[in-house]
Amino acid sequence: MPDHALHSHLSDTELRVRALESLLADKGLVDPTALDAIVDTYENKVGPRNGARVVARAWVDEDFRQWLLRDGTAAIDSLGYVSTQGADIVVLENTATVHNMTVCTLCSCYPWAVLGLPPAWYKSFAYRARAVKDPRGVLAEFGQVIPAELEVRVWDSTAEVRYMVLPQQPPGTEALSEDALADLVTRNAMIGTERLGQDRGRG
Amino acid sequence: MDGIHDMGGMDGFGPIPIEQNEPVFHAPWEGRVWALNTALGAWGKWNIDAGRYTLEQLDPALYLSSSYYQRWLYRTENMLVDHDMVSRSELETPPEERRVTAEREPLPLDEILVRQHKTRSARVHEDIPAAFQAGDRVRARNIHPTGHTRIPRYVRGRVGVIDRDHGVFIFPDTHAVFAGDKPQHLYSVRFTARELWGPDADPGDKIYVDMWDDYLEVP
Repeated sequence: MPDHALHSHLSDTELRVRALESLLADKGLVDPTALDAIVDTYENKVGPRNGARVVARAWVDEDFRQWLLRDGTAAIDSLGYVSTQGADIVVLENTATVHNMTVCTLCSCYPWAVLGLPPAWYKSFAYRARAVKDPRGVLAEFGQVIPAELEVRVWDSTAEVRYMVLPQQPPGTEALSEDALADLVTRNAMIGTERLGQDRGRG
Repeated sequence: MDGIHDMGGMDGFGPIPIEQNEPVFHAPWEGRVWALNTALGAWGKWNIDAGRYTLEQLDPALYLSSSYYQRWLYRTENMLVDHDMVSRSELETPPEERRVTAEREPLPLDEILVRQHKTRSARVHEDIPAAFQAGDRVRARNIHPTGHTRIPRYVRGRVGVIDRDHGVFIFPDTHAVFAGDKPQHLYSVRFTARELWGPDADPGDKIYVDMWDDYLEVP
């Protein structure tokens, strides 16, 4: 097959990435099989399921909940979810009077160890720009109606501390197992763009 | 630097682009860029702050017109050139015309992970005095560093309260240019929405921003 036919379906960006990877492999700077493994880890192993297990544990185990809120890094490490970057984690508890929401206005810092890689909307200019100025408007776009009496706290991750929201346990779920509780916990609830038990919102 | 990346409070970007059943990567090349970044970082030629600074120095028009992983691609290319790992001409030569020989053995996956683990925290275990403590009123300094900084424009000159002391951390402004860790206390500073955005903001809402001692002063 002539080269132009092979590449005709590839975008300029795709070609540029392929050229870079092949240059780096030729120079001995990267091993493509190591890249395969790194992609596989974040596509299949690390993700919001980790965070959901942390939340479910906190809901069933009061000692763990208190440890998580006092020293999120150690409590999360104890479950084996060790971060590769931004290792220090602070967990923010939602209550009947407080709703927490996280953002990174300067780039897209995110707690990879517990949530995996961030969704595109979290990295979008719109979210980065507006979350700190109009959090209630942003939450409304996620289908979340925040009562006026609820205090909204927005946490801008400007340093190497990563924030994760501990959502409130939805009422009527007290009898569920830890595994079943973990199934209720969404990624957006741990970012703070969803309140569990409300309208599930979108995205 | 007062760059395009410092987006907190800007208008005009439209609705939040919420997507259903979003894949981790939207195309295979995004995953390759992601993995390249991880594997190359393990050589230790740069650090996370230098990486952010390189990203911030992309032409603003390019920054705004590129996707997230495109920006990462351009950033990676620029860092490789800045740190003499590849040359601009190697990047620009088509693969079929290139004559390149391996200069070293690539790092195997387990070595990449070990090195990544060592640099995963920016916490510094040194006993350095804190200038402030929880409950103190502070003002974010009205400073405009032209290099890398993590004090967003929207808090400069505003008064808040220290919510908590996170401990001692590497200072990004110096770390980004390999001018030392300059370890100092990092705090979460709480601002009322009205202090930042004026009387139309919600009366009860708060914004918390992580800031180092060098960003803060007594009001």
